Amino acid sequence: MIATPWATNPFFVNLDQIFVLLRNWLVGFLPAALRPAAGVLLGVIAIVCVFPGLFALTTVFERKGLGRIQNRIGPNRVGPYGLLQPVADGIKSLTKEDIVPLRANAVVHFLAPLVLVVTVFMGFAVLPMGRNMVLVDMDAGLLFFFAMGAATELSVFMAGWSSRNKYSLLGAMRAVAQMISYEVVLLLSSVAVVMITGSLSLPKIVAAQNTYTGVFPHWYIFTPWGLAGFLMYAIAATAETNRSPFDLPEGESELVAGYHTEYSGFKFALFFLGEYLAMFSISGLGTTLFLGGWSAPFSFLTWVPSWIWFFGKVMMSIFVFIWMRGTLPRLRQDQLMNFAWKFVLPFTLLNLLVTALWRFMGEGWARWVVCSVILIAAYVVMGRLEMRSEHFGRRRYRYAE
Amino acid sequence: MRTLSPIFYLLAALTLAGGLATVLLKQLVHCALAVTVAFAGLALLFLQLDAQFAGFAQILVYIGAVAILIVFAILLTRGSDLPKDGVFSRSWPLGLVIAAGVFAVLGWAVLASVGAVPQQNTVPAVTVHDIGDALVGRYVLPLEIVALLLTAATIGAVIVAMHEKERPR
Amino acid sequence: MLGDGILKGMAETARNFFGSFVSAERLTTVEYPEQRIPTAENARVFPFLVYDGADWEAGMRCVACQICEKECPPKCIYIEKSADKKPDYVGKQQFYPARFDIDVSVCMSCQICVEVCPFEAIKMDTEFELATEDRFGGLLFDRKELSRSNEYYHSIHPTEATEVDARLAEEKAKVEAKAKAAAEAAAAKTAAAASPAPPAEGGS
Repeated sequence: MIATPWATNPFFVNLDQIFVLLRNWLVGFLPAALRPAAGVLLGVIAIVCVFPGLFALTTVFERKGLGRIQNRIGPNRVGPYGLLQPVADGIKSLTKEDIVPLRANAVVHFLAPLVLVVTVFMGFAVLPMGRNMVLVDMDAGLLFFFAMGAATELSVFMAGWSSRNKYSLLGAMRAVAQMISYEVVLLLSSVAVVMITGSLSLPKIVAAQNTYTGVFPHWYIFTPWGLAGFLMYAIAATAETNRSPFDLPEGESELVAGYHTEYSGFKFALFFLGEYLAMFSISGLGTTLFLGGWSAPFSFLTWVPSWIWFFGKVMMSIFVFIWMRGTLPRLRQDQLMNFAWKFVLPFTLLNLLVTALWRFMGEGWARWVVCSVILIAAYVVMGRLEMRSEHFGRRRYRYAE
Repeated sequence: MRTLSPIFYLLAALTLAGGLATVLLKQLVHCALAVTVAFAGLALLFLQLDAQFAGFAQILVYIGAVAILIVFAILLTRGSDLPKDGVFSRSWPLGLVIAAGVFAVLGWAVLASVGAVPQQNTVPAVTVHDIGDALVGRYVLPLEIVALLLTAATIGAVIVAMHEKERPR
Repeated sequence: MLGDGILKGMAETARNFFGSFVSAERLTTVEYPEQRIPTAENARVFPFLVYDGADWEAGMRCVACQICEKECPPKCIYIEKSADKKPDYVGKQQFYPARFDIDVSVCMSCQICVEVCPFEAIKMDTEFELATEDRFGGLLFDRKELSRSNEYYHSIHPTEATEVDARLAEEKAKVEAKAKAAAEAAAAKTAAAASPAPPAEGGS
C-alpha cells in the first residue's frame, strides 16, 4: 500500500474522528452510568439532523439538475441560485390544510406516513458513515437493514388502503408488488457480498474492502461478481425507492399520485421525506457493500476524512439517480415485473454462483477470466432472449380477443 | 419464581394486545395490521433474548412477506366487507374449550421442558455463522426438503395462474 | 446488446447537462421579466389611434366614420362624432371623434378594425404588459390613452408604417396636383374671362 506520510499525522486523524471526539467530549459531562445512552442519543440526533438536511439539498439539486438536463434552469428565485427553495417548500407543506377524506380510515391514514418515516430512519442506525462512526454495531446489521426495508412496504400498503380511493389502492398494490419483487433481488445481490466477507456486520464488510494493492483499493465493485452485483443492486434500489424509471406507482399521469393521492400538507411532506431518506439509506448500503463504504479510492488519499468519502459516494449515487430520472421514460407495470423476474433475478442467482466460484478458485488471474467470461456471456445471452422481436410485435390481449 | 425484566412484560403485553386485537376487531384489514403488531412484538421478544438472527428474520419474513400476503389475500378476495351474521361464530363455547385444551398442552410442554434444558448463567452466544453452519451441516436434510417443498409450491402457483390463459372461451 | 440504449441516453443527457452551462443553445430559458424576447414585427395586441405631428388632438387621423365600430365583432369600440370639423392631412375638413373608447377586456385582437379603416387611422399596438387592478375602468381606454404618434408606429411596425406613409404621401401628392391643376384652370378661366377668348390652353 502506497500511503502518504501525512495520513498518520495527528491533525488528519483527529479530523477523521472529529465527530467521535465531539461526542465523547459532550458525553463526558454526564455521570458514567448515563454515558452510553447519551452517546447513542447524540448519534440519533446527529442522524435526524444531517439526513433531512441532505434531503433538503437534494430536492434543490434534483430540480436544478433535471432542469439543466431538460435545457432549462431549475428554481432560481428563492435565495442565491435557488438554494433556499426547500425552505419555501417546507413552509408551504406545513401551512397547507390537512385533508383526510370523510370515509377514510383515520387511524391507519394517520399512521402510514409515520410508520414509513420511522422505519426508514431506523435503517440508518447500522450504516458505517466513517471510521468508528456506526450508531449500532450489530452482528446481523445487514439483516436489520433489510428488515426495516420490508416494514416500509407495509406502510405503503396502509397508505393506499386507508385512503378509500381505488386509484390509491391500485397504486399501493402495484407499489407493493414492485417492492417485493425487487427486494428479492436486493437481498440476493447482498448475499454475494456476505459470502465473500463472511459476516453480516456492515463495519466488517467495510473493513474487508479497506485494503489496497499498490494504489488501488479492494472494493468489491472492482471484481467481476461485484460489478454485476452492484448493477443488479442499483436496479433493485431504484425500484425499491419508486424512482424513475420505476415510478409507476406514483406517476402523476398514471394514477394521480398513487398511494399518496389523498395526502396533503405535512403528511405528504413526510412521504416525500421518507422516499428521499430511503434513497439515501439504500445508497448508503450500496456504498458500504460494493463501493468500500468510507474507504478512500486511492491509497494516497487516505488522509481525507472517512466521512467525506462516505457522504461523497452517497451523493454521487444520488446524482446518478437524478441522471437516470432525467434520461429514462417510465416503465409499464408488466414491463417492470417481467424485467425483475425474467432478467434481473436469474442474473443475480447466476452472480451468486459466480461469487462462490470466485471464492473457491483461490487467488490468481484465472478466477478473474473465468468469472468475467461467465458473467458477460450470461448478460449477452439473457439480453438477447429478452430483446427478441416477438416481444416487440403486435400486442396480444389476454381477454379482449 | 424469578421476576422477569420489565421490558419482557411490556413486550408480552404488546404481543398479547396485538393478538387480542386480531380476533376482536371488526374490519378485516385492521385485524391484519393487528397481527402485524403481534409479529413485531414476537420479533422484539426474540431480540430481547439476544437472538438477533431470529428477531430480524421474523421482521423480514413475517412482517415483510407474510403480513403483506395476508393483506393481499384479503383485498383480492374482497374480504373487507363485514359478514352478515357478525364476526363471532355461534359455537364459541366449543371454541373456548378447544383453545383451553391446546393452551394446556402447550403449557405442560413448556413447563416440562424447563427441567430438561441445563441451567446456564450465561446466554450462549449464537452467531449467524453458527446458524449457517448448522443449516448446511446437521440440518441439511430438512433444509433441502423445505427447498423442494417451496419449489413445488412455486411451480404449483405458476401452473394455477397459467391455467386461466388457456381456458377455452 | 441490452443496455446500450440506456448508455446512449445517459450520454446525451450528460451532454445536455454540461452543455447548458456553456452554450446558449443548450439552455434556452429566457428569464422573464429580467430578460425579454423582442416581439415579432407583425405581433398585435390591442388597437391604437395614429396621429401625425406633435399635437395628438390636431393630428389625429381618425375622421369618426364609425366603420370600425360597425365592423368590430365583439362591439368593443364606442365612437361619438364631433359637432365641428377640423382639417386633415390633405387639408380637407373632416369630422373627428369627440369620444373614442375601446374596452380592451372585450377586444379580441382580430385586427378587423385595422383592415377596414380607410384612413389608416387605427393600427395594432404590441404592448402586452397591461395588467391593472382596476377591472372595469382600467381596461377602458379613451381616445387620449389610445393615441400614439406616427413615430411610435414606425418604431413598432417599421415596414408597415413606411408603406402607409408612402401611400398617404402619394394621396396627398395626387390631391395637391389636382388642386394645383384646378387652381391653374381657375386662373386660366379668370384670365380668359378678363380678356377676349384666346384658344383653349390645353385645359385639364
